[in-house]
Amino acid sequence: MNLLSDPVGVSHYLVVGALLFTTGVVCMVVKRNALGVLMGIELVLNGANVNFVAFGSPVLRGEQASLLGLDGQAMALFVILLAAAEAAVALAITLNFYNNHATVDVDRADDLKG
Amino acid sequence: MELVETDLGATLSTLLGLAWLIPLGSFVAILFFGPKMGPHGRNSAWVATGAIGTSFVLSLFAFGNWMVTHPPVSGHHGDDHGVSEEAGHDDHAAWDVQDRAGKTPASFVNFAEEHGEAASDGHADEHGDDHAEAHAADGHAEHHDDHGHGEHAAEKIAYSGDWYRLYSSPSLVLSIGWYIDSLTVFLFVMVTFIATCIHVYASGYMHDELHDITDHEVTLASGEHLHRPGRFPRFFQALSLFCFSMLGIVIAGNLAMVFMFWELVGICSWFLIGFYFERKSASTAANKAFIVNRVGDFGMLIGLMALWGALGTLHFGDSVSVDADGHQVVQPGLFSLVRPAENGHALQVPDGMVVAAAANRVGDIASVVSPEEARAVVEEQVSGWRARGYGNWLLVIAGLGIFCGCMGKSAQVPLHVWLPDAMEGPTPVSALVHSATMVAAGVYLTGRFYPVLSPDVLVVIAYIGAITLFIAATIALVCTDIKRVLAYSTVSQLGYMMLALGLGGWVAGLFHLVTHAFFKSLLFMCSGSVIHACHTNDMRRMGGLLKKMPYTGWTMLVGCLAIIGAGIPFSLGGLHIGLSGYYSKDAILAQALVYSRVNESHALLWYAAAGGAAMTAFYMFRLWFMTFLGEPRDEHVAEHVHESPAVMTAPLVVLAVMAVIAGWSIGPLGVAALLEQARPLGTAAGMTGGGLLTAAVTVPAEAASHAPEVHVYATWVAFATASSGVLLAAVFYVWRLINPGLIATTLRPVYTFLENKWYFDEIYEWIFVKPAHGVAMLASANDRGIIDSILHLVAWASRQLAAVDAWVDRVVVDGVVNTLASVTWSSGLRLRDLQTGRLRQYVMFIVVGTVAIFLLASMMLSTTVASP
Repeated sequence: MNLLSDPVGVSHYLVVGALLFTTGVVCMVVKRNALGVLMGIELVLNGANVNFVAFGSPVLRGEQASLLGLDGQAMALFVILLAAAEAAVALAITLNFYNNHATVDVDRADDLKG
Repeated sequence: MELVETDLGATLSTLLGLAWLIPLGSFVAILFFGPKMGPHGRNSAWVATGAIGTSFVLSLFAFGNWMVTHPPVSGHHGDDHGVSEEAGHDDHAAWDVQDRAGKTPASFVNFAEEHGEAASDGHADEHGDDHAEAHAADGHAEHHDDHGHGEHAAEKIAYSGDWYRLYSSPSLVLSIGWYIDSLTVFLFVMVTFIATCIHVYASGYMHDELHDITDHEVTLASGEHLHRPGRFPRFFQALSLFCFSMLGIVIAGNLAMVFMFWELVGICSWFLIGFYFERKSASTAANKAFIVNRVGDFGMLIGLMALWGALGTLHFGDSVSVDADGHQVVQPGLFSLVRPAENGHALQVPDGMVVAAAANRVGDIASVVSPEEARAVVEEQVSGWRARGYGNWLLVIAGLGIFCGCMGKSAQVPLHVWLPDAMEGPTPVSALVHSATMVAAGVYLTGRFYPVLSPDVLVVIAYIGAITLFIAATIALVCTDIKRVLAYSTVSQLGYMMLALGLGGWVAGLFHLVTHAFFKSLLFMCSGSVIHACHTNDMRRMGGLLKKMPYTGWTMLVGCLAIIGAGIPFSLGGLHIGLSGYYSKDAILAQALVYSRVNESHALLWYAAAGGAAMTAFYMFRLWFMTFLGEPRDEHVAEHVHESPAVMTAPLVVLAVMAVIAGWSIGPLGVAALLEQARPLGTAAGMTGGGLLTAAVTVPAEAASHAPEVHVYATWVAFATASSGVLLAAVFYVWRLINPGLIATTLRPVYTFLENKWYFDEIYEWIFVKPAHGVAMLASANDRGIIDSILHLVAWASRQLAAVDAWVDRVVVDGVVNTLASVTWSSGLRLRDLQTGRLRQYVMFIVVGTVAIFLLASMMLSTTVASP
């Protein structure tokens, strides 16, 4: 199987999704800035979203479009919604953290260390 | 009239029942609210006095009822000292009275008719003249009355019934019931009257108890005298309970109830003797009284068992019940069983006892024939067995057993030792409990139970009484404690009563009980008044008190004259004038004289009675002379002497009047005639029998002692002995012609012997107390040495076992748990290092972990896929 020679299918989307996911994870791990970490999260979520959409598309799966299968798309919409909510909460936490510690460095957020 | 008659039993039982229960109410009230009754419980005296006063009024109502419906029909012959022609004529008049009474059928309502049981009464179908004549004829026939006077088998009038059945089975009925005859009614009046006087007296005498008291006779370990709060309500509480118990004995309709109240009286006595219980002497005396009475009660229990086991009933009178078919069933009581009407009320061994004694023969019969036939055969054989003496012993044992209880209560030798010690109680207690009423309970029960006593038992009773009266009188001669003289005098007089009962003088004995109750309570209260004034019991420190205490002195003189039986020994115009003791003591002496004439071998009883009369006179007047005449012996005591307050002297005067008049009879009205009415059926005739314990004896009919030649002689002997006693006392203590100390020195051994009370206490100490202590010490040593050491061994072993168990617990069980805990703890400590708080590190862990799981899963998946 050669991705470059094959017509665009689910696998290509999966590769893009994996790339996005990996980028997001790396971003989460290496960024010390809380906002960077949040961005990484967005990437991870959207990498997953790409997978949902790809798997949910009957066209990409090469099936007859007789059934209106939009499960993946629906899940993607939920994820977007969740991402928005999460971003709102996370930004609020970050803002509060900043108010308390005058920094957004996540390594400083070790008050609950065991 | 008719209606009243038939209801009389119910009326009397209600009146007397209320009179009996009211003191109980007072007891309960004082028990719960005594200390709240006024300052220091002062008003409890009012409650108790009011209760006993109400009882007295109710008893008087009952007495009045009785006198209206059953007036004594003839002047009792106990009063006819030296019967003259006129007296004989009076007797005929008396018969007329009875005739007239006989015409009123209602007068002959007796117990049997009362319960619709006319058929069982041999005489119940006779009325009017026939009736009285029939009895008169009986009297002549049965009693060999040569002089044609003085005997009539009067119908005994008694009512009995049950208020409440405690327990009922075919073989045993325990009930709270009543047995009411003129004796019951009269004793109710007497007990409540004396008790009322003594309550009034005690409310003055006990006033010390109204505030805190320093008891100078008790020294604490710290060397100080005991200081305690007063116990005024408590005293009246016990007095009320005592009155309730005593009245319970008097009204009791069966022996089981008697026994219950017998014990209640005992415990009241214990409370009251031990009233100053901090004093060692008082608590010891209380215990002594209780324990000595227990000895007697043991005998009484044996008697009760003999009666119940053989006869199946403890009721005095017959009891009537209605069976399932509506028929009246008459369950004969003890009296009807022992003296059946069809046998002319003569004593015979009841069927139950014969059968019980012939148990072997009954067994033989029952083993051969069927139960129904056996019953018939046994019934046939009973009279034959009775003739051969089966059951005689059982009757004797029953009688002796019950008398044993009476010996304890009435302080007869050898159980008399508690009574003098009981003087440790407050004086009103001595007066009420230990002279007038409680000790009377024994004599009363002997009198009540009299129909069941066989001649053998009567001989024993007579000898016990004679020994008691003699021993107690001799001890009283040398006592110096004023209360002890009276205590021994009480014992001696109780001996007289028992002697009279044992000699067949039923009326004489109970008559003396009544008169003695009056003058002895008077004497005790006088002595209490003296002690109250002198603060000492010792007569050697008194003297010359008459001027300072006139009321006490003169009333006590009346009491002394009454107890020695002072009176004019000859007839003054047909009248015999004397104090109450004169009539009763003369009746006893006359009975003793008759008895000794009939039974030559028992003449000793007569000499004891006569000698006792002389000693009584001596020691009573020795007491009075030493206390009230002469010069004060102790200036210190004499200075403080004063007459007691009116609340104390008023009862003295009342009782003094009673001590004078209690023996008088006006026409047919008198105590003796009243008691004659209550005479148990069939006892007027006297009887012959015995042979089990002594040679056969003849118990003479009491009427025989009224014969002129007997009575005149007895009266003169009584007069001579009493006056010689008084004269001797005067020689010693008034004129001082002879120094009593000189006599005491001359007769040193005798004096010491008497002073030590015949060494009874010492003998008991050696025979009973010391061995009991020895046994107790053995038991204690056994307890400590053997039982305790076993217990200690077991305890020690348990401890060892427990130690092992504790080790296992500590090391194994706790070890496991602790190890688990410490492992958890240390692993937690190590794991906490993972919790760095670095978000990025966590993400790293997640990623690495996810990758690792992914790799692991794919490797395992590939092997799984590859394996097939």
